[in-house]
Amino acid sequence: MNIRYFAWVRERVGVEEETIEVPGDVNTVADLISHLKSLDDNHAAAFEEEEAIRVALDQMHVEADTKIGNAKEAAFFPPMTGG
Amino acid sequence: MAVEPTVKVQREDFDATEEASRLTSGRKDVGALVSFVGLCRDEAGTLNALELEHYPGMAEAELGRIASEAIECWPLTGLTVIHRYGKIAPGKNIVLVIAASAHRRAAFEAADFLMDFLKTRAPFWKKEHLNSGKNSSWVDARADDEEDATRWSNT
Repeated sequence: MNIRYFAWVRERVGVEEETIEVPGDVNTVADLISHLKSLDDNHAAAFEEEEAIRVALDQMHVEADTKIGNAKEAAFFPPMTGG
Repeated sequence: MAVEPTVKVQREDFDATEEASRLTSGRKDVGALVSFVGLCRDEAGTLNALELEHYPGMAEAELGRIASEAIECWPLTGLTVIHRYGKIAPGKNIVLVIAASAHRRAAFEAADFLMDFLKTRAPFWKKEHLNSGKNSSWVDARADDEEDATRWSNT
């Protein structure tokens, strides 16, 4: 699965984008976050304030309990500050 | 016939007057045009520039979804949304929303709605670069913006 990070989430993880193998027991967005946190210290630090992080699946906003299904891309980012 | 919104995400500046005239030229059914321009302020002289990061693809898609919602809710004759990214200096344009309609209420409300939802849902993030040369920092989302977006829950 393609994973993208933006703003301070990107800076903490240290990469803009990466491809990961999603383990079979990962069903929801929350499961995916738990998995990413387990990868290394940078990921753990990026997701430390988990409730502050927003998620998109295939470029649509979703919630933590959303099922990942067949999504090809997940993106993680802070609350948006455009406009 | 459904109105097709114009949605652009671009590094270049925009010309608000030119964009507005696109919504009115050659037609006689437009009675109201509301244009909103968001600019970069200098925060009392402390800000050197804002850097706007965006999620390419999703930024356009999300602005398009918000614009379509506005078109469903109000009888608009035209709608334009342009959001810039990259480094933007104080005094320069960041965002443009123009709503056109037969009557003023729809145009005012649609433009207001667009800005409220754009702020909370469009994937853009501002980083402040200061004149002091101190570490640049990400702008925090404002709770007020979330509250503003809830004003439209009955729309």
